[in-house]
Amino acid sequence: MRTPFTVRLIQSMPRGGWIALAIFALVAWVGIPFAHLALPESHPLHVSAYTVSLLGKILCYMVVAVAMDLIWGYAGILSLGHGLFFALGGYAFGMYLMRQIGRDGSYGADLPDFMVFLDWKELPWYWGGSDSFAWALFLAVAAPGLIAFVFGYFAFRSRIKGVYFSIITQALTYAAMLLFFRNETGFGGNNGFTDFKRILGYAITSPEMRTLLFALSALLLMACLVLGRYLVTSRFGRVLAAIRDAESRVMFIGYNPLHYKLFMWTLSAMLCGLAGALYVPQVGIINPSEMSPANSIEIAVWVAVGGRGTLVGAVLGAGIVNLLKSWATVSFPEYWPFFLGFLFIAVTLYLPDGVVGLWRKLRAGRKAAPVAEQPLHTPPPGSTTDPLPEGATAPQHAAPATAAKGAAA
Amino acid sequence: MEPAMNRLLLRLVLFCAALACLAGPARAALDPALLAGFHGDFSSRVAAIEALGVAGGDDARRVLAALEEGNLGVVGERVLIVDGDTVRDAATGEAAEVAAADVDLITVNNRVRRALSAAHAALSLLAGERGERLAAAQNLSENASETLLPLFERALAAEKDEAVRGVLTRAMAKVNLGAANPAKRLQAAEALGESSDPAVKNMLAVLLQKNGDTWAEPDIAVRTAAEASIAAIDRRVATAQHIGTVFSGLSLGSILLLAALGLAITYGVMGIINMAHGELLMVGAYATFMVQTLFRSYLPGWLDWYVVAAIPVAFFAAALVGVAMERLVLRHLYGRPLESLLATWGLSLVLIQAMRIIVGPQNVELANPSWMSGGIELAAGVVLPWNRIVIIGFAVFVLVLIWLTMQKTRLGMFVRAVTQNRPMAGCVGVPTARVDTLAFAIGAGIAGLGGLALSQIANVGPAMGQGYIVDSFMVVVLGGVGQLAGAVWAALGLGIVSKFLEGWAGAVIAKILVLVFIIVFIQKRPQGIFALKGRFADS
Repeated sequence: MRTPFTVRLIQSMPRGGWIALAIFALVAWVGIPFAHLALPESHPLHVSAYTVSLLGKILCYMVVAVAMDLIWGYAGILSLGHGLFFALGGYAFGMYLMRQIGRDGSYGADLPDFMVFLDWKELPWYWGGSDSFAWALFLAVAAPGLIAFVFGYFAFRSRIKGVYFSIITQALTYAAMLLFFRNETGFGGNNGFTDFKRILGYAITSPEMRTLLFALSALLLMACLVLGRYLVTSRFGRVLAAIRDAESRVMFIGYNPLHYKLFMWTLSAMLCGLAGALYVPQVGIINPSEMSPANSIEIAVWVAVGGRGTLVGAVLGAGIVNLLKSWATVSFPEYWPFFLGFLFIAVTLYLPDGVVGLWRKLRAGRKAAPVAEQPLHTPPPGSTTDPLPEGATAPQHAAPATAAKGAAA
Repeated sequence: MEPAMNRLLLRLVLFCAALACLAGPARAALDPALLAGFHGDFSSRVAAIEALGVAGGDDARRVLAALEEGNLGVVGERVLIVDGDTVRDAATGEAAEVAAADVDLITVNNRVRRALSAAHAALSLLAGERGERLAAAQNLSENASETLLPLFERALAAEKDEAVRGVLTRAMAKVNLGAANPAKRLQAAEALGESSDPAVKNMLAVLLQKNGDTWAEPDIAVRTAAEASIAAIDRRVATAQHIGTVFSGLSLGSILLLAALGLAITYGVMGIINMAHGELLMVGAYATFMVQTLFRSYLPGWLDWYVVAAIPVAFFAAALVGVAMERLVLRHLYGRPLESLLATWGLSLVLIQAMRIIVGPQNVELANPSWMSGGIELAAGVVLPWNRIVIIGFAVFVLVLIWLTMQKTRLGMFVRAVTQNRPMAGCVGVPTARVDTLAFAIGAGIAGLGGLALSQIANVGPAMGQGYIVDSFMVVVLGGVGQLAGAVWAALGLGIVSKFLEGWAGAVIAKILVLVFIIVFIQKRPQGIFALKGRFADS
């Protein structure tokens, strides 16, 4: 007899996880809104508008990190193009925000300012329906989803993986960035969208709207975590992990990896799109630089810092790196790239399992229990991380890989 | 007495004539008719100047020079040259008994000055060096008119140089197109087909215009000839432009090749993508800059050859950075290609920021040596610059060097062995770890050479390498892993295809199309154009 879905959903997370989620929900839905809206600015516990926006932004990043972890940590597919899906969601919702400006733009015209500037007379066809909130939300999920589906279908069908896949996703986001930089593409060129005024008729800069957006971001993150947890503990998640660890064997058993990978890949892109849609009204701007390859690769580092293959690691990583970044880019703007660069190197060299892995190791060491909890992703040596496509030479680095792991342990 | 006197006079005249003949045409007095124009208004003076230019000769030159210096004047019917206190007859050059103060000097205005420069051109067309003649012919053909035709004919008869002859023929044809005689116009319309100048095409197109029922050119035969000539010109211009596009594609391809060769080796040997490969290009370019600075300070006389001196410097600087990267970071990440990707990206961030802090964030200036500036002009508007030609040659040189290293040396054999099968190579005694380091050094060194080449045509700044990593990886993917021949074909093909697409759809769309093409291509041939043959269990 099958257990009902709700029961399976609840059982997928240990009790500790649910408690942590409840505490998080309490803070995000009650604590911070109260501290921001109800407490006077002079109060020591007052949370400033800047902080709420920053935290909201980081919550969106955390959603992206979870989406990235689902595909990288659990399916072994490193995407260097997730910034594209994030930005597409942002642009889709940004179109709606641009239309909500109405005649309040600097030209006082029906069309968005940049179109007036380009001397366009009417909206391009793909802007159709952009004044509808529901359509904007749909587009924010559907556009990244569709692109991911088509791209993923062709890529996974010809079994492109490893660094090949990573670089092609990078080329994809790079090409999209070039496309969006053009004025003729119809998304504001260099400047993108900015100067938003309202959502559903309510002013976008009001404290209430800010708090609402923050609370929605928190809700999205929690939903992602619950859904992600359910997926990775389900039968589907186990097959996916098996594909990650030994794709050929899974195929020999009779599974088609295409469906599993494609589902997770498309879902991940859609989650990124939703995060982007929530991100844009909170930061007030979206432009093509969000699609730059550097942004996408940074997402991978959030996950790597937190710990691949653990959902909480992705959340932690995104939080740690972005808090550090918003502090360091103000205090030491010159040295932030150094720091970020060394973070990339140090994490890959010394913290292959990220912060979560470190914590587990420390705990395991204290308990003096030799059977450490293996993080989910540790692959058997010389398996799917093989960068070469089918038939090409496959350099086997089994020995050095284990040696490196031994050194890191 | 009368007859004797007459005979004497006759002898004297004959003697003078003989003298004049002996002295040759240069000594001959100018035809006074030529000078008559100077008595009239500006228009007749301009006509006189043109006539002098067409007539040519030392006397004409002398008169024109005097006019230019404001020393030519008239007294009554005579045209005179004032030379300090002495006054000479302009036609004969003999001293004239006229006081310098009495001479009414001719003023020179802009119109006269223009006519003068044309006349000078006419003079040098007949007697100058090759370069002068060519310049004079081009100058004259721009404002050609019927009066110049005899001059062109004379010059053509004496001219040996093909380029000058071509310019002259076309200039004559241009004038003849406006001639009253249809036969002349027909001849001219046919002759203009030799040109590759868009301006000539426009000139012919004018003939084919129809105003109501009347054609600009009444004669049907001339119109047909003009049509044929326009088609010929179009073909020639199109060919030149195609050659130009193929050339810029080759030049882009050779840059891509230099960037991708190193990547192909390191990726082939170690199976990791070095995201800091673009920064190795940057290191090479900065090494070139450093060499240039040293030459400026210590060997200014040899500045033109700093690029040659920079070749080993760029190679070893980049190779050194590469070895450091391999030893310190990549060595510990073997077998984890995705993590290597992230780590090398981190390395690239560090290198860029280090260069920003050490040298400064602005672009540095690198001058082309004089022997690399300029270019070969194929046709109007299509120029093949020397620096790009040199870079294509340089890429070929590097390619040959790498090929020799890979095919003829022991190290090359090891590198190939490790690329094909690492465990097996290790089993038969190949020191795989050392081969890795050396292969990485070679790959990095080639990237440094690529940076040297780039520094001659592109901006050199800390982030210059960022744009090349995706492109060069595309070359590796397209060509097939560990295949030099594949990399060559892929680089040149990509270069030429993107240049043609650029001409057709613009740079951005071309880039996007190329990326889409590669993504589709990999669907069909995941192993690139040149796949290694063999069977491998793991996919």
